Amino acid sequence: MRSWEWARPVRPVRREVLSAVPEMEEGRPPLLFVPGFGHGAWAYAENWLGHVAARGFSAYAVSLRGHGGSDPAPEATLRAYAHDVVQVAASLPRQAVLVGHGAGALVTEYAMARYPARAAVLVAPVLGGWATLGTALRRNPLGTLPAVFGAGLRLNRKQLFSSELPDAEARRHTARLGRAARRAQWQLMTGADPEPAVGNPPVLVLGSPDDRVVPASALTRAARRYGAAPLLFPGMGHDLMLDARWREPIDAILDWLVKDPARDDRG
Amino acid sequence: MSTSTEPGRPDPETTTLARSHDGRPVSDRGDTVCVIGAGASGLTAVKNLVEHGFGVDCYERETGVGGAWNWRHDRSPVYASTHLISSRPFTQFPDFPMPDDWPDYPHHSQLLSYFERYADHFDLRRHIWFGTEVVRVEPVADDRWDVTTRSTGGYGPERTSRYAAVVIANGHNWSPKLPRYEGLEQFRGEVMHASSYKDAAQLRGKRVLVVGAGNTGCDIAVEAAQQASRCWHSTRRGYWYAPKYVLGRPADQVNDLLLALRVPLRVRQWLYHRTLRLTVGDLTRFGLPKPDHRVYETHPIANSLLVYHVGHGAIAPVPDIERFHPHSVELTDGRQIDPELIVFATGYLPRFEFLDGKILGDDEGLGRPRLWLNALVPDHPTLAVTGLLQPDSGIFTLAHWQAVLVARSLRLRASRPDRAAAFAARVRAGAGERYSGQVKDSTRHWFEVGHADYLRALERALRELESK
Repeated sequence: MRSWEWARPVRPVRREVLSAVPEMEEGRPPLLFVPGFGHGAWAYAENWLGHVAARGFSAYAVSLRGHGGSDPAPEATLRAYAHDVVQVAASLPRQAVLVGHGAGALVTEYAMARYPARAAVLVAPVLGGWATLGTALRRNPLGTLPAVFGAGLRLNRKQLFSSELPDAEARRHTARLGRAARRAQWQLMTGADPEPAVGNPPVLVLGSPDDRVVPASALTRAARRYGAAPLLFPGMGHDLMLDARWREPIDAILDWLVKDPARDDRG
Repeated sequence: MSTSTEPGRPDPETTTLARSHDGRPVSDRGDTVCVIGAGASGLTAVKNLVEHGFGVDCYERETGVGGAWNWRHDRSPVYASTHLISSRPFTQFPDFPMPDDWPDYPHHSQLLSYFERYADHFDLRRHIWFGTEVVRVEPVADDRWDVTTRSTGGYGPERTSRYAAVVIANGHNWSPKLPRYEGLEQFRGEVMHASSYKDAAQLRGKRVLVVGAGNTGCDIAVEAAQQASRCWHSTRRGYWYAPKYVLGRPADQVNDLLLALRVPLRVRQWLYHRTLRLTVGDLTRFGLPKPDHRVYETHPIANSLLVYHVGHGAIAPVPDIERFHPHSVELTDGRQIDPELIVFATGYLPRFEFLDGKILGDDEGLGRPRLWLNALVPDHPTLAVTGLLQPDSGIFTLAHWQAVLVARSLRLRASRPDRAAAFAARVRAGAGERYSGQVKDSTRHWFEVGHADYLRALERALRELESK
């Protein structure tokens, strides 16, 4: 029963969707990238979208409301973010693969309960809970503490990138970071687990053991929920799609999709 | 037998393994499920069966998807101005939302494009055989079914295929129900059923009598008020005409809010009466009859404009028809009126012309099946009907969950036969259950369900399937 969703539908907003479509349509499922908190579709447009299109998949990235080029939404909740993802996914010509990064992975999990994704990929997933807060407080107390009281979460470059990324580029990316809505940040800390995914899509979890936002133990835990081990890319920061070696994880994702993961049998 | 579940019609010469009881060759389709109809309910049945790993053959007599919502179809009841009467959030499929920049009450052409996108998005068309109608569905051994098809219109040879299960989604708004009146044959004016009403131009400049106060009847009366030279609107009883918006929101969303808060029926009725009194006011003032029932006891009518046009004098409300004379119509209160055109918006009846009525539990031949959850057939665990509902809301969400239930119960038969048998007993015990409050007895309300009650019952059934 979803009485609340019928009674109080999410308010529509204008959403920014960036895309890169291959020249030849090869009948492969489109990929929809969901950025994490503070990031917009630009984070994927930097490296990944073009690379995905070059390998024959259509690639789309959405900016959640209040991020990037989408309309501002200071009172947005996780449900509103998931609504944005489902709306864009349903507007694509074919059943889409959802790729969520950071807190966008949690948004993706919410969206998977409302849309039968072809498959899902959780990149360095921040799935919420008090442990996430603990890690963030330990690594970056000055940036995190104000967020507990409703201010924007500030991430520093040490959390997001490895030292391999040139300084100027890292600074350029951190300058573009925005903030998520206050209520969505609180929901991330305290929020209930998302409902089970519909359509039983195969799920891939990947991340970096040297990620300073998501500890390796959290990656393992996330992957175990989907009955698998995480794919690890040592030496990279949290923002795998912007880091110096961005090519490795996206190639791994596409290889996994090309293998066409079978849906598990549901007895 | 993995190839047999691949989509595509097999060549009967090579796969003929069996003969039907009268000796015709039958091509065996293995574990494939047959879906009849590619309208809203049929499409969601195909999608959910495929998602649960079944091979599906869907037969559609028309050449496109969308069923009743495709105005090109000759069985489609939509007219040029048809809009939804329930708002978007509950009308859309729960896992494929309509674009959120669409209006609250989309037009039927938008709905058709929505179904076409649904079919393309989930790649459903490769399972659908267009231009093929089902002639017969007969049970054979092991709960399997022989389905006989031919090209629409009766051309070409008949073909029989054997399926593991059949899902009937042939719709229930295409076979017109016409009431009997004394002297109707002698009436010299034009008479039509609302199913053949397409466009307001048909009413222009005429004296029109609209019979029936369903949502269609009210829509046509409103169009007649603007186009016809006179408009009478004949109703059997007084109704509650709910506006499409109350308290600044679509009315059904306000209703869902009350349901979410679990406000009891009596309180909801009281609130509803209060709001109607504050907005529309006392209907008897306009000469409309006083409703003989409380709200929620008949199918809701959502029409903000009917009362408005009655208030302008453009619609004259009149009682039921007594008898017809060659040039006039006599009403039950003795008045005579002289319409040129009569539109019967008197509803539709379900029809399963390809199936023996007894299979669906219709022993008296009334045309009213006896099912559990309006979908599952007692003693025939591999037969189901979807979309046979008259909800007080949109129907597609309900049809989606029906399809999920059917798919999971079929899955269970394969994986856990013991539990499936227990579930079959549950279906037998629950046949004929109702999911609405007290409603007036009429063919109109045979399939009436309260969407919240119905979904809760469906949710319980899904849990039973999984937990036992």
